[in-house]
Amino acid sequence: MSQAVEQLDQEHHIKPYTMNFGPQHPAAHGVLRLVLEMDGEVVERADPHIGLLHRGTEKLIEYKTYMQALPYFDRLDYVSPMNQEHAFALSIEKLLDLDVPERAQYIRVLFCELTRILNHILNITTFALDVGAITPALWAFEEREKGMEFYDRVCGARLHANYIRPGGVAMDVPEGLLGDMADWVDSFPKVLNDLDKLLTENRIFKQRTVDIGVVSSQQALDWGFSGPVIRASGLVWDLRKSQPYDVYERMEFDIPVGTTGDCYARYLVRMEEMRQSLKIMKQCLKEIPEGIVKTNDYKVCPPPRAEMKNSMEALIHHFKLFTEGYHIPASETYTAVEAPKGEFGVYLISDGSNRPYRCHIRAPGFAHLQGLDFMSKGHMLADVVANIGSLDVVFGEIDR
Amino acid sequence: MTDEAKTQESEILEDIHPLMVFGQVVQGKLAEAVLSVELVHGELILGVTREGLLAVMAYLRDDPESRFAQLIDVCGVDYPDRPERFEIVYQLLSIKHNRRVRVKITTDEDTPVASVSALFSSAPWFEREVWDMYGVMFDGLADHRRILTDYGFDGHPLRKDFPLTGHVEVRYDDEQKRVVYGPVSLPQDFRVFDNMSPWEALTDVQLPGDEKACENPHMPKIGWKPAGKISE
Repeated sequence: MSQAVEQLDQEHHIKPYTMNFGPQHPAAHGVLRLVLEMDGEVVERADPHIGLLHRGTEKLIEYKTYMQALPYFDRLDYVSPMNQEHAFALSIEKLLDLDVPERAQYIRVLFCELTRILNHILNITTFALDVGAITPALWAFEEREKGMEFYDRVCGARLHANYIRPGGVAMDVPEGLLGDMADWVDSFPKVLNDLDKLLTENRIFKQRTVDIGVVSSQQALDWGFSGPVIRASGLVWDLRKSQPYDVYERMEFDIPVGTTGDCYARYLVRMEEMRQSLKIMKQCLKEIPEGIVKTNDYKVCPPPRAEMKNSMEALIHHFKLFTEGYHIPASETYTAVEAPKGEFGVYLISDGSNRPYRCHIRAPGFAHLQGLDFMSKGHMLADVVANIGSLDVVFGEIDR
Repeated sequence: MTDEAKTQESEILEDIHPLMVFGQVVQGKLAEAVLSVELVHGELILGVTREGLLAVMAYLRDDPESRFAQLIDVCGVDYPDRPERFEIVYQLLSIKHNRRVRVKITTDEDTPVASVSALFSSAPWFEREVWDMYGVMFDGLADHRRILTDYGFDGHPLRKDFPLTGHVEVRYDDEQKRVVYGPVSLPQDFRVFDNMSPWEALTDVQLPGDEKACENPHMPKIGWKPAGKISE
């Protein structure tokens, strides 16, 4: 016994050592390499090494036409593709001064909120998995699959949608989809309640998350945080409310706000956001008007296929649109949307040609991950995992 | 209304845009640092001297009228033809007043830019990214490592003169039993089409012979739409 104590004592006085975490660690949520300076079990400094997934998206976009650049946005944060397409489409629409038909705006909002739910399901369940709960992931992934089936039905792809296009959406929703989505919206609260029962008052879950990684509202501002992370720190801020785009200003929903700014508050905010998203989806499904789903300016959106059979002009436009693309007058814009992870911004510079001169992508996760160091300082090693999980990082968008 | 009257009216409107008013206030306070105030698509852009950057950023962050507490983003832009080829662009957000401002400075390969990391905690990674991608150095940035590219990477990939394919590629070397770098070899060059054509696009791309078409008053200029029939 005394030997063990002595050994423990020796271990305690061991000099600070450096530990490597990832990039192949399942709790790193992707390819994150974390160099941790440890004093025993306590983290003194966390130095994230990122860029292991760097694909040069911004460089590639400079060599593609605007239309060809759009699918790259699906591949950034690959669990919330449509929100990012939305940001890129909005920025192009701003530069072209383009109006989007109302039906398309509703479809966009509808699917962006569906995406938010899918994203939060993934985050909450894998976060729970990281801190020891396996059941939420097993239960909720079935539901996530149902959501991705809606993706499949509307655009033909479960993940990389390429659906929201400048000027509208790629095609109208197939018959029966909106009805099925309405049914799903009605049934989903039951799944949320199950998740709630599994986690919210779960003793282990609370032990692992309450008072871990506390971010004050001042820190959240200073570190450039956004989305659920800034709301969990008590700031009432949501771009869908404060700088609304498309039909968000007509939507009735509340902004959930946390008070403590810890991992638990971030979890609670995300749970409530899913309920609010359901509310928005419900309203969209109720109010969605009939009409066209993309602008009828055929310089930007292709003409209907039927028209191409009869009209020479339509055929030419189709051909030119998919080879040359459209030109955007020299200008610039920074357009941001409230993506599930936070403020996703596109800084787009056009030079009058058919390709972007520069397209910088502002990823929310990039700023959040930078804060991991101050959030983890003084916590135990296992809490770093909780912090990463609660920040909702995806390396597609961080490394770009 | 004639076109002239329209432009005059829009000029007046632009003058009274609250963001423009705000921009002019900032310029009034920091006349030496703020070179230009612009409003593009309803977004305020301040052109700032390199020396005046810190003063402007501190003012924007702390002044009760602005309170831009969040540095949302920093990025670089490369214009190789300009004498100072790099533009560093800072996006600021004020949650209190719900508005954004964009601050721009210029620099070249050799002149370091003052780091704003003392003012905003979010700055270091953004500045590291600009260093990595463009090779712009930041004065006062404590951690000046690369961030997105590989360990030991050479060059700054987002510069316009850096080739899309890069210079090196990785492969597994069976003799050394590890991944090694080698010069990139592609069987075919990246094909760049200039796509110049007389098709009337959204901008005026002038090609030889275009002047004949422009004389024709019946020629549609922008945005062809089918006459009267829109598939509902």
